[in-house]
Amino acid sequence: MTTQEAFYSYIVRLGDDSLILGQRLSEWCGHGPVLEEDIALTNIALDLIGQTNNLYELAVSIENKGKNIDQLAFLRLEKEYENLLLVEQLNVDFGYTIVRQFFFDVYRKLVFEALCNSSDERLAGIAEKSLKETKYHLKHSSEWVIRLGDGTEESHRRVQEAVNTLWKFTDELFFQDEVDQNVIELGLGVDNSNFKVTWDSHVEHVLTEATLTIPSNSWQHAGGRKGIHTEHFGYLLSEMQYMQRAYPNMEW
Amino acid sequence: MVTEKYIWEQLEQISDPEIPVLSIVDLGIVRIVSISDDSCIVTITPTYSGCPAMNVIQEDIIKLLSPTVNTKVEMTLSPAWTTDWMSENGRNKLREYGIAPPEHEVDKSVLFAKPTVVPCPKCKSSHTKMISQFGSTACKAHYQCLECLEPFDYFKCLK
Ligand SMILES: [Zn+2]
Repeated sequence: MTTQEAFYSYIVRLGDDSLILGQRLSEWCGHGPVLEEDIALTNIALDLIGQTNNLYELAVSIENKGKNIDQLAFLRLEKEYENLLLVEQLNVDFGYTIVRQFFFDVYRKLVFEALCNSSDERLAGIAEKSLKETKYHLKHSSEWVIRLGDGTEESHRRVQEAVNTLWKFTDELFFQDEVDQNVIELGLGVDNSNFKVTWDSHVEHVLTEATLTIPSNSWQHAGGRKGIHTEHFGYLLSEMQYMQRAYPNMEW
Repeated sequence: MVTEKYIWEQLEQISDPEIPVLSIVDLGIVRIVSISDDSCIVTITPTYSGCPAMNVIQEDIIKLLSPTVNTKVEMTLSPAWTTDWMSENGRNKLREYGIAPPEHEVDKSVLFAKPTVVPCPKCKSSHTKMISQFGSTACKAHYQCLECLEPFDYFKCLK
């Protein structure tokens, strides 16, 4: 694997995470529990898709094969997406969506903070920009975790169930392979093992405040970074890719 | 031969399609105007990564300037846009329009702390309440005045 290939994959993975979560969140459009949350979730989706746009632009320029970003977003096969499994999980209910978002936001904020020092100026620029948005997302999801966890019996039960289920996808946030090792060595990417402790303590702090407990001894899923997805992913892709597949090269 | 000053003045005519009261210069998204021989490059930066107005703004700039000078628009992400770049003039225009301009402090209440105090653009009361961190566009939050009861947009601070 050349440096160029590793860096390309690294950027595409970062973009895949935000694209797929953005797509999931946009399913809430018109279905939010209250108008303000409908707007909030779709605003966050828009930020994530905007970040994806910037990351894919960088990826195609690194690869330099004349691809455009719509091909990356809409014309790859299931196994060619290497997003975290966490972000493709179903919305289920508002609490579940918030817990998924919270786990992701804590992680993504740490990633972007570190990437502000990337030896690649373009990536550092994207990180600096995205970090400001991610802070707002994290504030939103943290506050809701607390409000729902420390809310009614029903809301507590639902978010605790979400924590129990989604916890199985959190080890993967700290997955590393050859791609990561390559970009870490060159200072292009981040060593996510450096902030595992910070992620753990931030999450624990908020969950404790929310009167929620972290499941002990939970079995962990893996495979997203290798293109091996959960059953939900194919359905998401078929909806997301429909327009480009039906009308190739269409533009809005 | 056009001057840089002329281009900056011309750009005052282009507004953000989502906040028509603000010019792109007031908003601080025009970063550099550079002139060489017979062409001009305008460098702009987005407010938010997913800001859907950027393409329209890009087209508006080309449409406005190209009859006079060969124009190219470039996009930059770094340094990242901040509400500190909004002009004083822009702040006043926002307030008159009914949108509370960004406070100079970013909302630091990551957790448990009180959100930023934002005075009501209608009655100036500081007795207001944040309804939602996210508003009608990516750059705004949603507030309500507890004095005159008017709901209003707050152009949220981004640093
Ligand atoms: Zn008022």
